[in-house]
Amino acid sequence: MTILKADGIVKYFTEPEKFKVLKGVSFEVAKGEFLSIIGKSGCGKSTLLYILSTMDTDYEGNLEIKGENLRGKTQNELAAFRGENLGFVFQFHYLLPEFTALQNVMMPAMKLGKYSNEEIEHRAIEKLKLVGMDEYARKHASKLSGGQQQRVAIARALVNDPAIIMGDEPTGNLDKANSIKVFDILSQLAHDNNQTIITVTHDPDFANGSDRIIEMEDGNIIGTHFPKQGAKQL
Amino acid sequence: MNWKLAFNIAVTHLVSKRRQSIIAMLGVTFGISMFIIMISFMTGVNQFTEDMAMDNTPHVRIYKPIELEDKKIISIDNPEKGNDWHVLLHQRPKNELPKIKNGMMLMQQIESMPEVLGVAPQISSQVFFNNGPVQIPGTINGIDVKKQKELFALDKKMDYGDLDDLLKGGDVIIIGKGLAKKTNVTLGDRVSVTTPEGNNLTLKIVGIFSYGIVSMDESRCYATLATVQKILGKDPSYVTDLNIKLKDIDGARAFAANLANQLPEAHVEDWETANASLLAGTAIRNIMTFVVCATLLVVAGFGIYNIMNMNIVNKMKDIAILKATGFQGNDITGIFLLQSLMIGVAGALLGLVIGFFISYLLSITPFPAGEFFRIKTFPVNFNPMHYLTGVMFGFLTTLFAGYFPSKRASKIDPVSIIRG
Ligand SMILES: Nc1ncnc2c1ncn2[C@@H]1O[C@H](COP(=O)(O)OP(=O)(O)OP(=O)(O)O)[C@@H](O)[C@H]1O
Ligand SMILES: [Mg+2]
Repeated sequence: MTILKADGIVKYFTEPEKFKVLKGVSFEVAKGEFLSIIGKSGCGKSTLLYILSTMDTDYEGNLEIKGENLRGKTQNELAAFRGENLGFVFQFHYLLPEFTALQNVMMPAMKLGKYSNEEIEHRAIEKLKLVGMDEYARKHASKLSGGQQQRVAIARALVNDPAIIMGDEPTGNLDKANSIKVFDILSQLAHDNNQTIITVTHDPDFANGSDRIIEMEDGNIIGTHFPKQGAKQL
Repeated sequence: MNWKLAFNIAVTHLVSKRRQSIIAMLGVTFGISMFIIMISFMTGVNQFTEDMAMDNTPHVRIYKPIELEDKKIISIDNPEKGNDWHVLLHQRPKNELPKIKNGMMLMQQIESMPEVLGVAPQISSQVFFNNGPVQIPGTINGIDVKKQKELFALDKKMDYGDLDDLLKGGDVIIIGKGLAKKTNVTLGDRVSVTTPEGNNLTLKIVGIFSYGIVSMDESRCYATLATVQKILGKDPSYVTDLNIKLKDIDGARAFAANLANQLPEAHVEDWETANASLLAGTAIRNIMTFVVCATLLVVAGFGIYNIMNMNIVNKMKDIAILKATGFQGNDITGIFLLQSLMIGVAGALLGLVIGFFISYLLSITPFPAGEFFRIKTFPVNFNPMHYLTGVMFGFLTTLFAGYFPSKRASKIDPVSIIRG
């Protein structure tokens, strides 16, 4: 079942001069799939991911998530849609520094307002356990190391049980051991919870562990691999 | 939107930037406390001067002015025709008494009108007080003691002696404090008075009063109607002024206009006209108070505006994250608007407390008014409305100052920040 469908996504940057970053990117992602996007630095991976995340609305082409066409939705509608259906892990760890790890994880759930506060706290602690950060729950985000912050950010992305989790180099700032841990969490979410994972990564081991790899170059998709079917290992 | 969540985030932001928040708050505190102090003092002064003036000001006064005839007297018998003009230089007024015709009857008539609280008759005349070879000019006022007491509280202005002593025995007066000093007399002394017509009489001083208004205290003295009529050599129906107090002071102007129509010969003057300069002073003080306070609040508002703008620049990343995780534009507006309102309300409340405290201190501070003013401490008016206005002002200024930065925050594009 297709959960995300990108159709001819074209994106321009106008600064410093008009420049076509994405030159008509089309692909589909199935529910429960673990997808990696790879490619040289500057080829437009992050740019694509921001469009898929519904945060960047300045593009041409069509984007459909869960059967909903996201073109022509207002910023507020998109924010609500994100809160309910999408979770993010950014390239640089981005937590609210004044709040504790637990509060950071609880925040999107409080906004969504689907559960009571106790329920939200309970779920947040579950997610922190998942990423091995539960013992730091009451620590202020600004007092955590980079890798710890990244794991808290993953827990935050999971708190609303979103249909799709997107990550921009979620393991970029982590050591090998932690990278493997994060990979295991994500692949477990895909295969056990049937949640869809879309990550941009530079880590070949990470990509080879996923269900499908999309390779990009210069704003185009130049290839698709299915590493588990032994087609091609990177 | 979820106000509780927005409130929690706002509080966390404020607490984590404690110093900045306190400085922003103190701006409002300063503005509001100055507002309270200024307005309490200014309205206190207004009230004081008004009370002082109004105590002995009739709401409406009827008197007979000595005026020049409009028409030339010679024209009465020889009317001007065609090119035949009369040119008359320096026409003199008629020799006319400043007497109100049928004064006592008129008084009773006016007293029976429903709007009127009471009418006090008075005879005013210029006189000289003789202090050895020196003559000191002043006025003598013949009054109805009982009415003067009831309507103008003259008994409350007595420094020495008793107003009722005027009724005991003839040829007695009470004189102003300043005048007593000038003529170098005290209670029980006698003073020699000369009228413009040259009549001379020696009067015994049975009281000394002070209004707290120098020009009055240095020139006035009071005696009974009969005594003054005797000094001036006039008959018992002679009255020059009728001083009217109304039940409702605000009706004075209309009442005076109405009365003036019925009394073409006399001059009817209401207190607003008579005290135009006093009222202008009050108006100017009010305008000044509001201008100064508005300026202070605008400055405090700009302070908040700046701090909120700075705050939002510092919080760009956080705003981007909140938006990425599902917060909508108005959630963001709410968070920052709440911060600004909390600063405003806390600042305003603290301002009220400080303002009240300082105005209280002012109200017990001795006022260096000199011996003439009947006032011991700074006049301060504690009016709850001012405090309410202060909070409202603080609330509105910060709402206004916080609105634009908050709106701006809600429009921040998360991608441009997360992209780095
Ligand atoms: N705000 C911007 N304005 C103009 N050009 C931009 C902007 N952001 C990115 N670019 C350009 O767009 C291209 C794609 O950038 P993008 O961040 O998507 O690359 P990426 O594939 O994620 O690279 P990396 O692997 O280094 O993260 C780059 O050439 C970059 O210079
Ligand atoms: Mg990138």
